[in-house]
Amino acid sequence: MIQVEGLSKRFGDLQVLNGIDATFEKGRVNQVIGKSGSGKSVLAKCIVGLHKPEEGRVLYEGRSFHEMDDKEKRGIRQEIGMLFQGSALFDSMTVLQNVMFPLSMFADMPPSEMEDRAHQCLQRVNILDKDALFPAQISGGMQKRVGIARAIAMNPKYLFCDEPNSGLDPQTSILIDDLIKEITEEFATTTIVITHDMNSVMETGEKIIFIHDGRKWWEGDRDELLNSDNAELNEFVFAGSLMRQVKKAMEKG
Amino acid sequence: MTFLGFPWRPGWLLHPVPSSSAKARAVHSVEVRGRKCDMDLGGRIYKGRAPTRPSESPTTLWAILAPPKGRMGIVFHIGRYFLLIRDIFSRPERMRLYLRRTVEEMDLLGVKSVGIVALLSVFMGAVITIQTSSNIDAAWIPAYVVGFTARQSTILEFSPTIISLILAGKVGSNIAAEIGSMRVKEQIDALDIMGVNSAGYLILPKIVASMLMNPFLVMISMFLGIFGGWLAGVGTGIVSSVDYIHGIQYDFDPYTVTYALIKTVVFAFVIATVAAYQGYYTRGGTREVGISSTKAVVYSNVVILIANYALTQLLLI
Repeated sequence: MIQVEGLSKRFGDLQVLNGIDATFEKGRVNQVIGKSGSGKSVLAKCIVGLHKPEEGRVLYEGRSFHEMDDKEKRGIRQEIGMLFQGSALFDSMTVLQNVMFPLSMFADMPPSEMEDRAHQCLQRVNILDKDALFPAQISGGMQKRVGIARAIAMNPKYLFCDEPNSGLDPQTSILIDDLIKEITEEFATTTIVITHDMNSVMETGEKIIFIHDGRKWWEGDRDELLNSDNAELNEFVFAGSLMRQVKKAMEKG
Repeated sequence: MTFLGFPWRPGWLLHPVPSSSAKARAVHSVEVRGRKCDMDLGGRIYKGRAPTRPSESPTTLWAILAPPKGRMGIVFHIGRYFLLIRDIFSRPERMRLYLRRTVEEMDLLGVKSVGIVALLSVFMGAVITIQTSSNIDAAWIPAYVVGFTARQSTILEFSPTIISLILAGKVGSNIAAEIGSMRVKEQIDALDIMGVNSAGYLILPKIVASMLMNPFLVMISMFLGIFGGWLAGVGTGIVSSVDYIHGIQYDFDPYTVTYALIKTVVFAFVIATVAAYQGYYTRGGTREVGISSTKAVVYSNVVILIANYALTQLLLI
């Protein structure tokens, strides 16, 4: 479980996050939604320690991350898997080498065992036949899947996905969403998905946090999301015509 | 708090000093209905005096070292450079992986630079020989002086310094562009999140590879520079082979080679670390990667020239 208490982050004069409190539960897909520029990616980067907040703290199983020494932080980070918006695969490595990388850095196992483990992860995301290719030789959706395979290679306790569906077609998006959900259940990870894709929210969102103007504006589940009377949330959720039709259908019963 | 006229504050080494004044632009005086007013460059007229900034360009040492907010001062960069060096030399996670990467970098940064170094050295040696010969008019100066001058110029300055400047262009831009691209594509963030010391993993092998390979490149350059001088001298008939070879052996002091190699190792460290610094702190996109690459070459050249002067003073005088 990850808890965030009173998290505030500023860049110069710009207050990006303002006193965020949230709890992200184990074995569930926790989604952070909000408009572009609302501060959700900054929140994720503060949680994983890429940004240091001015105020507040992040607790991993009750231990404050920013009060840990470097060795403890590295220990926590080895338990984190992250899927980046642009996949962030290493260009000069093959798909297999990308997945093997965290293992070769931290796992005490012979190379053949590492290779087996990497193959298992690639099989899990249905991309085993592309293991010899370089990231530039595969599609965006496949890159995301390789990113997930790399993120789960070390059996992470925490899985972060920053805009996992950006730039993907609807079918591939659903595939990635399903994969994230299955992995969360299978590995019992604390999964945090940063997104503004409402299809993804409706597919996988079990616990949803809405960030607006750097503050936590709303929190609930999928059903509550559709029936909320929060004006800013409704403006965001029902911005698309598809969601407006869903709302109309719901109102008609 | 001010001390010696400087606005001192805690953390000044690492943080830029905030801007002291408002968003005013340059102004000049105009007369409106018999009254003196200020007008800015946009044509806006103020009643009385406009809010002005003392000067757009830094006029004091402090202003240069710590410019207004938004621009980082030299002191900031020097401080951050040394913090990066500290991170680079912190304990590696897997020594075996670092060694493998070092061997790869030795090939990329060293072996793949042999061609350009060889080409430059032969032609520069040839030019030194022809220029020396053409500048010696007096009959009482012995012919072997051409070989002697070519040797001294090549070993003392041309091979260690000029080749290092060339390598700063080739290797430095390569390092900055590679690390800068990794930064903008979030690959360095990915390393950090995995718990990998990204500075050490990416930069240390490049530093070690440069410091090991550049002395070999410079030794090759010394040999080929002197050989190029012989080719040009004997080929054009301005000096005989016997005189040239006598000249390159005349009054040889092996310490000059030691001096050149010490310089080369220091320059290699400068090239790798300054370029890596520029790449590692790249922010933005592909345009900024290009800017970092250019800065890497310019700044490492400047630091090499300053270090060249300092080392010459220390080692030769």
